[in-house]
Amino acid sequence: MNLSGTPLSIIIFSLFVILVLYLSYYFARRAKSAAGYFAAGGQIHWAVNGISFAGDYLSAASFLGICGMIATLGYDGFLYSIGYLAGWIVALFVVAEPMKRMGKFTFTDALDARFNSKGIKLSAAISTLVVSICYLIPQMNGAGSLVEPLLGLPHWVGVCIVGVIVITIVATAGMTSTTYVQFLKGGLLLLFSTVLVVMLMLRGISTEAPGLTDDEGNKLSFDTVETTLGDLTAEGYTLVHREDKFVKLLDGQEASWWVQDGQTLRKCQWENDELVNGEPEGLLYPVGRVRQIGGMTAEEAAKGTGSLNIISFLAKLTHPETVIEQWHKTKVLDEAGVKTTVYYPKLVSGTDQMKPGVKFKVKTGWEKTNFISLMLALFFGTAALPHILIRYYTVPSPACARKSTIVAIAAIGFFYILTLFMGLGAGISTTVNPADNNMSAPLLALSFGGVIFAIISAIAFATVLGTVAGLIVAASGAVAHDLMDRFGNMELTEQRKVRAGKVAAFAVGIVAIILGIVFKGVNVSFLVGWAFAVAASANLPAILMLLFWPKTTAQGITASIFVGIVAALGIILTGPAMFAGPYGMTAADAWHPLGQPGIVSIPLSFLTLVVVSLATQKKRVVPQ
Amino acid sequence: MNHGPATPNAPDPAGGYKSRLGVWMFLIYCLVYAGFVFTNVLTEGQAMQKIVGFGLNLAVVYGMGLIIFALILALIYNALCTAKEKELAGKPGEETS
Repeated sequence: MNLSGTPLSIIIFSLFVILVLYLSYYFARRAKSAAGYFAAGGQIHWAVNGISFAGDYLSAASFLGICGMIATLGYDGFLYSIGYLAGWIVALFVVAEPMKRMGKFTFTDALDARFNSKGIKLSAAISTLVVSICYLIPQMNGAGSLVEPLLGLPHWVGVCIVGVIVITIVATAGMTSTTYVQFLKGGLLLLFSTVLVVMLMLRGISTEAPGLTDDEGNKLSFDTVETTLGDLTAEGYTLVHREDKFVKLLDGQEASWWVQDGQTLRKCQWENDELVNGEPEGLLYPVGRVRQIGGMTAEEAAKGTGSLNIISFLAKLTHPETVIEQWHKTKVLDEAGVKTTVYYPKLVSGTDQMKPGVKFKVKTGWEKTNFISLMLALFFGTAALPHILIRYYTVPSPACARKSTIVAIAAIGFFYILTLFMGLGAGISTTVNPADNNMSAPLLALSFGGVIFAIISAIAFATVLGTVAGLIVAASGAVAHDLMDRFGNMELTEQRKVRAGKVAAFAVGIVAIILGIVFKGVNVSFLVGWAFAVAASANLPAILMLLFWPKTTAQGITASIFVGIVAALGIILTGPAMFAGPYGMTAADAWHPLGQPGIVSIPLSFLTLVVVSLATQKKRVVPQ
Repeated sequence: MNHGPATPNAPDPAGGYKSRLGVWMFLIYCLVYAGFVFTNVLTEGQAMQKIVGFGLNLAVVYGMGLIIFALILALIYNALCTAKEKELAGKPGEETS
């Protein structure tokens, strides 16, 4: 796809960035002390903190990733919305008030409050860094995806822009500015996502999707051709290659790829290192539409349903006679051995689109295990994310921590309900980039006009900025406060600790930029799912057992954190998604079929804590 | 330097009550959440496609229900905690900073 930025989108985007930088400058004077820099002085109002929680949490994964996954895979993407929100129950009922009571700047403080253990300081700080970096990768990746159509800049430039702006924000004012950036962004994201869903409901559903247009007003859409091989060969096409259900045909010099479904051939989009859809400077076109609407004739469906309410919108799409065009991608080798990515349509009924099972199948034992593992990690991951936990230190009291969590649940829950509509809407409006579904929600906005697209994209960019800023504050706190000051006994003064935090923020920001470029094109919500699994495995067993099991020892906590990190990362790095993705091999080459580590790594971390704690009872420090 | 809480906490006489209540509500939500996961796994997704009302299937209704149920539980928890905090205000605390 080749959507260049309009002057309006550039102006609105620039205004957002200027506003964010101004907030950083304004709040910089409050960040002279370590408490000001790392915990906003503990004086943020609970309602502001609640919306800021939403700002922190509704990251690129939520807005870009979930909507993109729903747009291409249907209901499966909504599983992330359900799991992400459910995780807040753990945070509210179990973690919020105790974390506030025990900690100071970082979640390491809370874990170590009873023990003063070097092992806990080291392991918890490493865990914070690992989880933060796992979480940073998809945020930076999402930023790159956003900047391509918004400003007409390459993906890597977008990643670098975010990195530079966020390092500036964090290095100038720390948690105070991060909080207000989150508050602003969280509020605007809720407001304009609601506006987008209302516009979608007013437009209704049609088989003649409005889609997108280029700068000259030409409709950007891919002609969905359906035919048979016999008809094509009769027209002079030559079959030159077949791989599985994909065939490559030549019409003179022009190559095309088709996917076979029974006797029917459907035209695909494709690209390799030299050609896109057969041309050196070719384009991929946006996709995703309804082929048939249940209970309506073809003529009626082409005219559209007219405005719908949220229930009738979902009911129309769930109708068993509704047919939706889902787009998938796969890699094939052509007759010359050239690796080619083929984007192909698959027609599914409304029944199949609106139930789980496209990405997360539950037919075989491994598929069921992967599904349970994912839902487990999402449920237990939220309350173990360092950048979420540090927000409990920005409010004055445990009661305020509780109330701010409830505001967060209301705001985040409302937003996650909207994701279902935005994702489904994008999937039927010919607004999905087949190569990178992360931009589905902003492109849905583009189908309503440039103004709403520019605003939504700028907010999405601010979403990334805010979340990355929060993650970098958490990571810099782990380095400056946990590792240097407490683990290394460097006895830093307030000013030196703030300076160390800023240097750490710079270093983490550079690492995030590099990884954001490497992971281009991978669905950001899928990547965040891994960050949740690592957090749930490394941190949550330690937090829960510390609160509810009096025999917990410092050695038990340290061991469980290290085992949780190693087990979760080990399973991810040797699993099918890494082999099929970054390693450039196939899923079958993976060492095991487990795509989600939580079902193994979380119990293993709990077990380690129990065994090591029982084995080290004599060394346990009795609480004062 | 001091590594205690960022802001001093007053004694919390309702601490034990809130902790017990939180655990019970957490378990209730766990059961409902597990019901969603295992309904999908045990029926291999078949139950999720059943229409349960207004043309919506079980997957949509249960999924949205989980989100709304979380908010309802959170509001009940806050109301009970706040009432207990007011009731016990001024009494000796169970937990201090």
